[in-house]
Amino acid sequence: MKKLDRKQMAARVARDIPEGAYVNLGIGLPTLVADFLPKGREIILHSENGILGLGPKPAPGDEDEDLINAGKEPATLLTGGAYFHHADAFGMIRGRHLDFAILGAFQVSMAGDLANWHTGGADDIPAVGGAMDLAVGAKKVLVMMEHLTKKGESKIVERCTYPLTGARCVDRIYTDLAVIDVKADGLHVVESVEGLSFEELQRLTGVPLKKPLIAA
Amino acid sequence: MINKLVASPEAALADIPDGATVMIHGFGNAGMPTALIDALIGQGARDLTIVNNNAGNADAGLAALIGARRVRKILCSFPRQADSWHFDKLYRAGEIELELVPQGTLAERIRAAGAGIGAFFTPTAYGTKLAEGKETRRIGERDYVLEYPIHADYALIRADRADRWGNLTYRKSARNFGPLMAMAAKTTVAQVRETVELGSIDPEHIVTPGIFVKRVVRVATSLKKAA
Repeated sequence: MKKLDRKQMAARVARDIPEGAYVNLGIGLPTLVADFLPKGREIILHSENGILGLGPKPAPGDEDEDLINAGKEPATLLTGGAYFHHADAFGMIRGRHLDFAILGAFQVSMAGDLANWHTGGADDIPAVGGAMDLAVGAKKVLVMMEHLTKKGESKIVERCTYPLTGARCVDRIYTDLAVIDVKADGLHVVESVEGLSFEELQRLTGVPLKKPLIAA
Repeated sequence: MINKLVASPEAALADIPDGATVMIHGFGNAGMPTALIDALIGQGARDLTIVNNNAGNADAGLAALIGARRVRKILCSFPRQADSWHFDKLYRAGEIELELVPQGTLAERIRAAGAGIGAFFTPTAYGTKLAEGKETRRIGERDYVLEYPIHADYALIRADRADRWGNLTYRKSARNFGPLMAMAAKTTVAQVRETVELGSIDPEHIVTPGIFVKRVVRVATSLKKAA
């Protein structure tokens, strides 16, 4: 089978973002999606530190310490972009104005519970940022993650063992192996990578999956 | 005549007592009033409760205040970062208390304090560890968590321009928590890049009206890029 690399995963997610969407990209893997948004579509990126119309990374030498993204990296503003304070930034999130939040994850459960902020380890300093607000607020929550842990265990689980970020909040999961919709009646495979049978995907995933309508 | 302009950061912060709750503006270093924090370190107040989105980056600003062991407790959303070593060390040693607050809840709790709201219900964190022990309520089809305002004795913020009435404008994403914190504290001190004549800020562009600001200090900063 041909696993997707991180860039291919980002490109796959980007394909599903329609013209006119307001989107928040979580830090880490989701940030890559920005580089693959289809040219010709106007898509507006939101950053929780008070930006709509987040643009690409500035050219070297053009960085401005007052203009950063949520990952605290130098950023730019697109023509037509806006700045606002934090309560408005999160009002946009909580108030259901954002079309998509794209988030990384440690685990997603069959019910769409999301765990992405804390391993729960005794020596692990917890940090949540805006993840819990995005999980409950965006109209659609898309998760991007590797399908398996480094040990080969499925990150799609029956119940999350890591502390939850939000309950029943995930709509779709994009992994390096498959795209899976989380619905009330279970996990529906939308597609899987070339050379990966449904049976093999099912074996790797460990929790029951439903077959796509048209075999991938 | 109203004149909120103060000669120096030291003069602006002279009355902060031990044990005060101090909001410090900034998302990472954007908006962080570094000159005021340096003056607070020099001033000597200890056992402070600090409200900020983070817990300091590298060795300057809030990180230096924490490193100087002047902070008893911090309320923030994202303490752990690659360069939060001063906080990490004290936290692991049990020498600093952490109240972890989701970022949107942090912003809204600060806003609520400034706006005179007694408490509010938010869907954020429902069903998670951060809502444990908190009152919840089902309203319509959703579950909510009751959250209380965060009041402060002082807010130290960084703005771009100010006049002698304390009207403020901000610059780009350095606005972040500034306008909220300015409302939530009994005494708000603004570090600004530039002070201008009353009337020279377009009233349509004032972001924080002077009613929320007690003291203004002009600090010549070395912005890497001033657009």
